[in-house]
Amino acid sequence: MTFWGDPINFIAGWLRNVLMGWGMGSALTNVFISLLGILVLVVVALVLDIFLVWVERKVVARFQDRFGPNRVGPFGLIQPFADIIKLIIKEDITPEGADKVVYNIAPVLAATSVIILWAILPIASTIIAVDLNVALLYLVAAGALGTLAIIMAGWSSNNKYALLGAFRMVANMISYEVPMVVALLIPVIITGTMSVKGITEYQSGIWIVFLAPLAAVIFTISAIAELGRAPFDLNEAESEIVSGFNIEYTGMKFGWFYASELLHSFTFGGFIAVLFFGGWQVPLLMADGFHFGSSVVALGGIVVTLLQVASFLVKSMIGYWIIMWVKYSMPRIRIDQMLAFNWKFLTPLSLGMLIITAIMDKLLAPTNFYVLGMFLSNVILAWITIEILRKVGHRQRKVEEAALQPVVEVVHH
Amino acid sequence: MQNAWFYIGLFLIVAIVIPVAPLLISWWVAPKKPNPIKKSTYECGIETVGDSWIQFKAQYYVFALVYLVFDVETVFLFPWALTLDKLPLFVVLEGVLFILILVSGLVYAWRKGMLEWM
Repeated sequence: MTFWGDPINFIAGWLRNVLMGWGMGSALTNVFISLLGILVLVVVALVLDIFLVWVERKVVARFQDRFGPNRVGPFGLIQPFADIIKLIIKEDITPEGADKVVYNIAPVLAATSVIILWAILPIASTIIAVDLNVALLYLVAAGALGTLAIIMAGWSSNNKYALLGAFRMVANMISYEVPMVVALLIPVIITGTMSVKGITEYQSGIWIVFLAPLAAVIFTISAIAELGRAPFDLNEAESEIVSGFNIEYTGMKFGWFYASELLHSFTFGGFIAVLFFGGWQVPLLMADGFHFGSSVVALGGIVVTLLQVASFLVKSMIGYWIIMWVKYSMPRIRIDQMLAFNWKFLTPLSLGMLIITAIMDKLLAPTNFYVLGMFLSNVILAWITIEILRKVGHRQRKVEEAALQPVVEVVHH
Repeated sequence: MQNAWFYIGLFLIVAIVIPVAPLLISWWVAPKKPNPIKKSTYECGIETVGDSWIQFKAQYYVFALVYLVFDVETVFLFPWALTLDKLPLFVVLEGVLFILILVSGLVYAWRKGMLEWM
């Protein structure tokens, strides 16, 4: 095993030799090396988070036909670092009457719930922090911690607006967990495994988005609602409840809420890429190089790994771009519209899609028509849904037009 | 040590320590000059009116109940979805029947008006 062949295991092996040469026990060495690896991954994730603040501000500026930060450093790249330094040296004002313990734990919990999601994100075929065999269940569970952080922040702030924002946000997040988990079950049905590594390895044949496009759409919409991004961002509806649950937070605590929201968006962009768009799979790239039919363009191990990491990052950025695009193009919807959209449209649709996917998967798996059949069943379901929506909207418009007809007045002379 | 959950535990410890670090730096570096006006509760620049722990709208509770039913359903659907390719067709249809029973519960809640906002 050389450095260029498999760099992570090479460094781990070298470190293990060094540490055991110093007399550390074998178990303790393993723990120490794992801790080092975890630290490196978390630091990379947080540096990525800082870069994402810059991306977010530049993109929102361009959507709004302005430049965004371009003074601090070239193209404003140093701006997020300046922001972090500013947030750290700002005074930490705790409102009177706030529940101190819960108030202080909430931003830490918000950041923790996002960082632990990076444990299951497959960055390359040989780079994954923990290969859990129940990774999708872990994803749902870790996402629920973020909800807890928001209600803790809203409740302990001793502020009406924070409490209102927290209530609405929690109603939002728990409602959209149902279509999200059901949409997560679709890759599980198709691939037969809950581990993200298994799902990504399955996609060397065909990406799951071609087998279940409706599941990808439903997962994206539910993920955007789970993140609390617009158009579902009732927790920070600036024009309504002035910053919602983080209204009483200053300095780095507010910084952690903001940074964790962005990192959460990117992580969900990563999960959309991994679950539906193949993650680190590059078309025609196997472990030893590109396979064009029968000819093989052999590539070293490190080049393959770098290509896979690049593929993962590009797809995650595209997922994150779609989430940002939706945020900056659409107005915020009301809480009752949001809940009605979930319980009256998304949940029945996702459950119907689950039923159809399960039956079609069972019927078509041994045949040659698997891909075509699954794709067509999704398209037919989407078409039926749009027809139903059209009829319902038509009927509603007729009712409203009838109500607006001018009342015929009998004029007495 | 080969247990994956041990590494998840390590990850959790690191993920708790790392957000606390800037907060500690901030506590050490930032000025601390509290005064009653700064510490008063924010309400758009005016004095607060009424108790800050306002009444809890009961409809949130109803939505949480409906969510609870569907969350438990999805927990039961996970093993069904995992082993779908190894099971015969009638087991798939049994799972579909389970989903349909719960969908009829959703339709019942819808018709009873539990999903309205008011």
